[in-house]
Amino acid sequence: MIIDDSGLRATVLEEGLREAGYDDIQIVAPQGAFVARLERMAPDVVLMDLGNPSRDTLEEMLVVSRALAKPIAMFVDRSDDVMIGAAIDAGVSAYVVDGLRKERVKPILDLAIRRFNAFARMQAELDEAKTALADRRTIDKAKTILMSSRNLSEPDAYSLLRTTAMNQGRRIVDVAEALITASSLLGPSS
Amino acid sequence: MTPLSIAFLPLTDSAVLVAAREKGFAADHDIALALVRAESWATVRDRLVFGQVQAAQMLAPLALAVTLGLSQHPAAIAAPFKLNVNGNALVMSPTFAAALDPDVTARAGDPVATAHDFATAIGLYRRKPVIGVVHRFSSHALMLRYWLGFAGVDPDRDVTLRVLSPSLMVAAMRSGEIDGFIAGEPWGSAAIAAGLAELVTLGSRIWQRGVEKVLAFREDWLAANPDTVDRLILALSRAAAWCDDPAHHAELADLLARDTYLGQPAELILPALAGQMVPRLGDPALHAPDAMIFHREAAGFPWRSQALWIYSQFVRWGWIEAGPDTERRAADVFRSDIYRRALAGTGEPMPGASMKVEGSIGVSLPVGSSKGSLTLGPDRFFDGAVFDPSDIAGYLTATGENSPGL
Repeated sequence: MIIDDSGLRATVLEEGLREAGYDDIQIVAPQGAFVARLERMAPDVVLMDLGNPSRDTLEEMLVVSRALAKPIAMFVDRSDDVMIGAAIDAGVSAYVVDGLRKERVKPILDLAIRRFNAFARMQAELDEAKTALADRRTIDKAKTILMSSRNLSEPDAYSLLRTTAMNQGRRIVDVAEALITASSLLGPSS
Repeated sequence: MTPLSIAFLPLTDSAVLVAAREKGFAADHDIALALVRAESWATVRDRLVFGQVQAAQMLAPLALAVTLGLSQHPAAIAAPFKLNVNGNALVMSPTFAAALDPDVTARAGDPVATAHDFATAIGLYRRKPVIGVVHRFSSHALMLRYWLGFAGVDPDRDVTLRVLSPSLMVAAMRSGEIDGFIAGEPWGSAAIAAGLAELVTLGSRIWQRGVEKVLAFREDWLAANPDTVDRLILALSRAAAWCDDPAHHAELADLLARDTYLGQPAELILPALAGQMVPRLGDPALHAPDAMIFHREAAGFPWRSQALWIYSQFVRWGWIEAGPDTERRAADVFRSDIYRRALAGTGEPMPGASMKVEGSIGVSLPVGSSKGSLTLGPDRFFDGAVFDPSDIAGYLTATGENSPGL
């Protein structure tokens, strides 16, 4: 069972698990009565994002639940500190039903760690691309202000921004942002 | 500089850690402090137990539970410093609170009458009320259980206690998943400001000087790094003094409001710091000067008797069997010896003893202190009971005679 509210990450993980031959996979969002659903499904392994605030709710269920026949502990083997460290780094928490053999759990956890890492990289790249796009819009807006207020051509407006940034040791986008703020304070620029 | 990471949860009582970093107290003591935000106590615990951080802000009862093997990942935890005293609020939906005293200030001011009214309100409510608590092993849950138990309410039978991370409480109120909750600030104030809840009582009205968050280390790491531990405690003690000063509350609220820390508006954070909480949307603020204490009265001092009170509650609710060995291990989590070592020679007032009879101080009292002058504030439990750490069995018998749980 996977508990996740990021639909995409859960899908990425589910695909990986299916490719590896696991077919009884359920994805549950950590809202409302997710604990009751979990009890009904009686999973062997529960995978959850370490950053998810609902982990305390899940662990409480592990303490009080009478519906689960077997106790669930986090990770299968305390002795495997390297793997636990890797899991925490990747942001994976795993709860495993007592009695499930280590050889069966390790590949699942390995896979979850790899997929979580891959997803985090993908997310970082996406964020970077979004920032780059937003930066370009800001710079374009600052150029437009300079072009109309100082009567500059587009290349000249850009080179003015760049020179100012270099002289002040700041990023072009920061200079552009300051210019936009200042210009809005000074009133409509014709 | 010694690099050091501390895990924390977005709560007003992470103030001392935030001030230590942002106001340069950690750097003054040659510590490059990194604060690692977590979203659940489970993650705070995992990062500490598996050594991804060297220290953590932790619920005092959770530090005992991890040490005693009641939580996932048992490990010996050492808590040489308390990060704050008090800071919780119990809030309930207006529908439920309609059966309580309509004067919210009077309601919050009289926890005895309100406990009885609350018991009646449970019977009048359309279903068994669901109350959010931040963790089974939290001071909040222990105080709520203690308060309900006084009025004859069995917290395991007459209400449903649902564990939710503090940051999820407001959304759970909105969706109707819970009817109220007890959590650290600013979450009570956030629910009140949204018109979803009103104040029932404050943690400081249940136990006037309640243990809240502690600075937790793994015991083996603490033993292996005495110099770093001492410098950190020095830095945190100075940061705590800075946080307690009313002149700094506005700046502190602004620091905590940052996205990397709480990510909540400063105007929701300030009231608990200033002891001026709005109990209901549109009502005037309530004066509660002890709502949250960081430094005065040697607030950071980990009284071993307070660890033992927590242990007594674990026994009361059947979470652990009483025994001399367990009792000693519980008391040993609170390392007053390390506090003394770290702050020796600083002029910080130092209690002469490491245990006291909890709940016995009615008005502020100057007490024996090996250094400086120390005044302890009133530490009464609302029901007037006193906890003598040398007679836990007697205390529990007396509790059992007039309340559920035993």
